[in-house]
Amino acid sequence: MTRSTPAAGRTRPAPPELDIDLLLKDPEIKVIVTCGSGGVGKTTTAAALALRAAEQGRKVVVLTIDPARRLAQSLGLTELDNTPRKVPGVGGTGAGHDGGELLAMMLDMKRTFDEVVLLHTTEEKAQQIFANPFYQSLSASFAGTQEYMAMEKLSQLRDQLVEHGEWDLIVVDTPPSRSALDFLDAPQRLGRFLDGRMIRLLTAPARAGGKAYLKVVSAGFGVFTKVMTKILGNDLLGNVSAFVASLETMFGGFRERADQTYELLKAPDTAFVVVASPEPDALREASFFVERLQQEQMPLAGVVLNRLRTAPEGLSAQRAAAAAERLAELDSSEPAALLAAAALAVQVESAESAKHDQAMIVRFAAAHPEIAQRTVPALATDVHDLAGLRSIGAALAGS
Amino acid sequence: MPLDPSMPRLHVVTGKGGTGKTTVAGALAVALAEGGNRILLVEVEGRQGLAQLFDTPPLPHVEMRLASANGGEIIGLAVDPEAAMLEYLEMFYSIKRAGSVLRKMGAIDFVTTIAPGLRDVLLTGKIKEAVTRTKAGRPVFDAVVLDAPPTGRITQFLEATNEVAGLTRFGPIHKQSIGVTSLLHSAQSVVHIVTLLEEMPVQESLDAAAELTAAGYRVGRLIVNRARPDLVAAGLLSSTGAVDAELLATGLQLAGLKGTLAPALAVQMGEYAQRQRVQDEADSTLQAAGLPMSRLPDLTPPLDLGSLFELAHTLDVGSWA
Repeated sequence: MTRSTPAAGRTRPAPPELDIDLLLKDPEIKVIVTCGSGGVGKTTTAAALALRAAEQGRKVVVLTIDPARRLAQSLGLTELDNTPRKVPGVGGTGAGHDGGELLAMMLDMKRTFDEVVLLHTTEEKAQQIFANPFYQSLSASFAGTQEYMAMEKLSQLRDQLVEHGEWDLIVVDTPPSRSALDFLDAPQRLGRFLDGRMIRLLTAPARAGGKAYLKVVSAGFGVFTKVMTKILGNDLLGNVSAFVASLETMFGGFRERADQTYELLKAPDTAFVVVASPEPDALREASFFVERLQQEQMPLAGVVLNRLRTAPEGLSAQRAAAAAERLAELDSSEPAALLAAAALAVQVESAESAKHDQAMIVRFAAAHPEIAQRTVPALATDVHDLAGLRSIGAALAGS
Repeated sequence: MPLDPSMPRLHVVTGKGGTGKTTVAGALAVALAEGGNRILLVEVEGRQGLAQLFDTPPLPHVEMRLASANGGEIIGLAVDPEAAMLEYLEMFYSIKRAGSVLRKMGAIDFVTTIAPGLRDVLLTGKIKEAVTRTKAGRPVFDAVVLDAPPTGRITQFLEATNEVAGLTRFGPIHKQSIGVTSLLHSAQSVVHIVTLLEEMPVQESLDAAAELTAAGYRVGRLIVNRARPDLVAAGLLSSTGAVDAELLATGLQLAGLKGTLAPALAVQMGEYAQRQRVQDEADSTLQAAGLPMSRLPDLTPPLDLGSLFELAHTLDVGSWA
């Protein structure tokens, strides 16, 4: 298929089509990550992909982050729940089913963090950590924690896949970050911090036991601690210090852990699906992300250009507007004329939107001719149920 | 027109990602500036959204004039957490040239990226400074508009000072936090929420409104962005919501078009009417919250300064008091 550019009438090779069904059926693919900026339909896309894969016979677990209420309900999710639960109405063993299954879960950031702590320490020590005010704010609200925990959950789900085979495909939604790149960067940033030089300094008092600390710090460190104490106040410094010290004894190597998960994303059994809407901001984010994946040699399956507004062909906005004017001149109150006037007004609006969206995706395709792409038309209504997700899945697959 | 002194001086604009809160913040700044006011428009997320909106080069961490509006002016500021931190150190502790030592130790990383609690304290601290800054006994800015973090994070952002105040019971951060917290909770500050007439943005907006109210912040207006016009009157459709394609064909012929276009246009019209119903439902859901509302049209991109003025007029801030 070729698409002509409006400017010069030249033809450019169109980018390859993203073949979703091929991806979902590929038994070698174990992890699909959907990413993109906020408001582009990432979570819905993840859910639709997972459902489609399940109905094609795979055992799928979908990890959603902060889904819309009705979308969550359509997956049978009623609360934050860190345990994958079977989605009713999917798969089964009767006629027409081929053994597929869909499990869904919503990420509970705090509980995931608590689980990590519990997994690596004694109950008593864990309770101490949970009671630390710094831990409480770190686990509930610090930037990067959501991304870190999404990654952590992904690696847990992956371990379960490898060890127990409870599922054979994991579909992961990514947190609604300022930037899609945060998903890749935030965990390492947090890992680096928790493992870094500064933490060692902050924990020095706890490790060296108060006074001894003063002896080991050099002049440069002296300035540093003076400043930090001034900024943070002694309480916070003490809390951070106690928190980190208790973590360190149980499982140092936060960075190592973050690095490992990051490496897993480069594995050939992982596929990234980048989602964007035909808006300048969303496409810019998608471009950044795509380039980053290429740099890091992470496996990009392709880009979904979501919520494309369309209009019937054969009547441009200009011609529709001209016809509407002719109709207005007739000044007729015939039902046929009133109906046509409204239909033409809709066509003017829709054809203009469609032209804009089309121009946006042509530009994106021109900038990324080698990346597989798939456009998905905007739906008239929001998704409330499995039927809605099925139709999005079908649109994603191009059928 | 001078601003009503009873109006808030800090307008925090939030919204779900993709709802156009930066555009709305820009339009609000223009609306407030018109008639001779000096308005500071601030962004804090490092996205350079203001530079794109006003078509200027990327903004440094200094105040820059973005546009003028009928005798008023809009000054832009992209707050950079690192610069805000160094500024803060200089201002409060006369610590100069601390930057390189702190960077080497990873402290800047810590404060500005890892610990958004602290980052948000610095950002809101900078905003407080701008709101309360005076020259010769008069406020330097008649109002400050903040292109704030999205709804999912807004309460946390505003609460950061509170939280840090809780973590540190003494010390300068504690003191600073209390000053910022009291400004944000005062009648001087108001939070506007930008939404689209779609299910998820509406739900998030209402959740955010409830959360903000519970945390003691004043929610100002719900601003509906990119509302599609109502083009299909209910009477034009059958009782099941369908469009009579034959009747439409007759109408199209009256307009000098081929009747064969009718089936496709009828389907499209039916879908448009369905979207309209979804929009109307979303609008009623929002109205039920009992907050004042503004509605902005869906302008054809690309947006330019002219579009901002158009949106500014639609906002009609004169009637907000």
